[in-house]
Amino acid sequence: MFESLSDKLDLVFKKLRGQGVMTEANVGDALHEVRLVLLEADVNFRVVKDFVERVRVRAIGSQVLQSLTPGQQVIKIVHEELVSIMGGGEDNGLDLAAKPPVAIMLVGLQGAGKTTTCGKLAKYLKGQRRRPLLVPADVYRPAAIEQLMILGRQLSLEVFDAKGEREPVAICRAAMKYAELSGFDTAILDTAGRLQIDDVLMDELVRIRDVVKPREILLVADAMTGQEAVNVASGFDERLAITGVVLTKLDGDAKGGAALSIRAVTGKPVKFVGLGEKLDALEVFHADRLVSRILGMGDVLTLIEKAQSTFDAGEAARLQEKLKKNQFDLEDFRNQLQQLKKLGSMSSIMGMIPGMGKALKQLQGAEPSEKDLQRIEAIIGSMTRAERADHTIINGSRRLRIAKGSGTTVQEINLLLKRFSEAQKLMKQLQKLGPKGLMKGLGGMGKGLLPF
Amino acid sequence: MMAEKKPFFREVVAKITGSGLPIEPSQSQDQGTVAGQAGLFDRLRQGLVRTHDSLVGRIDQLMRGKKQIDASLLEELEEILISADLGVKVTTEITRTLEERLDRNQLSDGEALRMTLKEELIKRLTMVAAPLDITRAKPFVIMVIGVNGVGKTTTIGKLASKFTGQGKKVLLAAGDTFRAAAAEQLAIWGERAGAELIRHQDGADPSAVVFDGCRAALARGADILLVDTAGRLHTKTNLMEELKKICRVMGKEIPGAPHEILLVLDAATGQNAISQTKLFKEATQVSGIVLTKLDGTAKGGIVVAVGSEFHLPVRFIGVGEGVDDLRVFDPTEFVAAIF
Repeated sequence: MFESLSDKLDLVFKKLRGQGVMTEANVGDALHEVRLVLLEADVNFRVVKDFVERVRVRAIGSQVLQSLTPGQQVIKIVHEELVSIMGGGEDNGLDLAAKPPVAIMLVGLQGAGKTTTCGKLAKYLKGQRRRPLLVPADVYRPAAIEQLMILGRQLSLEVFDAKGEREPVAICRAAMKYAELSGFDTAILDTAGRLQIDDVLMDELVRIRDVVKPREILLVADAMTGQEAVNVASGFDERLAITGVVLTKLDGDAKGGAALSIRAVTGKPVKFVGLGEKLDALEVFHADRLVSRILGMGDVLTLIEKAQSTFDAGEAARLQEKLKKNQFDLEDFRNQLQQLKKLGSMSSIMGMIPGMGKALKQLQGAEPSEKDLQRIEAIIGSMTRAERADHTIINGSRRLRIAKGSGTTVQEINLLLKRFSEAQKLMKQLQKLGPKGLMKGLGGMGKGLLPF
Repeated sequence: MMAEKKPFFREVVAKITGSGLPIEPSQSQDQGTVAGQAGLFDRLRQGLVRTHDSLVGRIDQLMRGKKQIDASLLEELEEILISADLGVKVTTEITRTLEERLDRNQLSDGEALRMTLKEELIKRLTMVAAPLDITRAKPFVIMVIGVNGVGKTTTIGKLASKFTGQGKKVLLAAGDTFRAAAAEQLAIWGERAGAELIRHQDGADPSAVVFDGCRAALARGADILLVDTAGRLHTKTNLMEELKKICRVMGKEIPGAPHEILLVLDAATGQNAISQTKLFKEATQVSGIVLTKLDGTAKGGIVVAVGSEFHLPVRFIGVGEGVDDLRVFDPTEFVAAIF
């Protein structure tokens, strides 16, 4: 939606290229852009103001490193400062070192995603060889308890049965007792959503806290929250002294500037991020990734992780074997295309690669579009199994049949086959060269690898 | 009528106890979600008190003691507007208007600046104000969409009781087959409102639910069919395709349906609301906005940005968790509550 900060700063510094030292004057414009980017990312305005001041102090007078342009230099400073605000490098793990059962309390506004996070957290803890008990303390929202029950069933975890008890504090007290007697080592309390200014309901939370003495009180916050995030976080923190934050719904296109505000105002770390509706979509928080996201910079690490989780390891090994023996055929190629599609749209993948956003703009259509990929899939789909295994048997009449079957033209099929055989040849050469040659070859290869 | 007496009683209680949010014990016991019910204006004002504080309070602070309006003051004003979630685009527009007037010497002092600001806000909101006409068709099909956790199901519940209260026959279709217990939640709202519910089991195809809903609405002669959908992030292409399919199915069963697509936005949402509206509008014919959770400290300033950028009317605002806490949006009242 917005141009990335690096694009904007490149523009600002275009005229200033070649200057050795950053001065007040040339940093000013850049910082204006930084300010706008942060505000657009929903970072609180007070936080932005302080932050920009800090960057100004650091940037003015600093030597522009030879390897960097001034724009990149500013980004580097901004990036470093942001990561340090977000508490980069520190341990964000849960502190559950206490006599079991240890209680974890989830609090937050309505619709932030507390109940779903409860389920995700339970699954995460189960993976850590703990034995969590889910406690439904949301007696207000219709069907909230049923929702937690269903999540418990999906995870085959026990959900505390309140037996008709409608008082949250009593439910929590009974649940802790039950957890102790039944050998659960963790209790995850799903509290009702509430506004931080609602004194009655906030009091209820304080009473629950005093009864269960939780080791962790996590504020569940929506990544899409605007300037409001600061009020919410400080409201909850003042009353409850939260121990951390779970940032949810980060799988959309929200920048998540709210997290930055919360961290800056309360000093409490973000411990987890929610990245989807499925119960395994909870990840440990990485400060530098969020910062890259806020600044609109590429996020290679996320891409790699996403690829790892999408690509089937066994399939990858099989493919490598095939590549080695130079048996890579059209069937494998189609499989790869399909896996690529699972990663998301082409543009979203490109967006995660640093510098690619800019390159994409320059290319304007030179990249294979979603449509092109679809056509290639259709062509391969119209081939027989024998044809896919050995494309050299595809003669004129076969091409005509494939073109008809896939709704394409013979020319398109010719092009695909030509490029595919070129790619095959190239791979053959690379195999001969060995690992070292592979690296060398990759550098000069560019477009040749994929046959489109 | 009970409803007329209640606000008065509540205001008295509020005055005696001096508390802003009175809770009636007898009511909150059996129906936990029914919160206090002050008059609309009070309610809205309560909700927007922080908006008021932060926006006008800071603007006043900014103006105090300053006879001259200069560039740095405007820049600070710009920051204040952005921080009220008004969005960068609207803010620049407003500050530009102010700058122009300043150049023409039409703004002499802070008060004039404030008035102009108010005018600009009202102008933007009035431009997009339009009430919902549900008599256009029968059954009138309303589909409710939005990202996760903005209050779609709750809004449907409130809408249902609003319409049944008007003597309409309302049918609900539980199109959220994904989230655990979403249909149960809607069932409870349906019971409260006295509206029948069409539902399938969890994980069913939402289009199938909607198909049955349309058929049932025709067969039972319902006036209004309210269609709930699963919350979805606007960036998930496959889920947006699902929405398109639901619309197609509806259109086939009932010509012209859905007659209204309400996009629900959370008042606490920041700049992402613009992206949400943009992508939802690309996928479906969004025809109105519902702004929920205005009872908090959330500013709802984003509604100005979304409304004027996409020319979408704000149909309703949610000001609380109770059944009656869904109000028709009135721009003048809204801005009056801000100022």
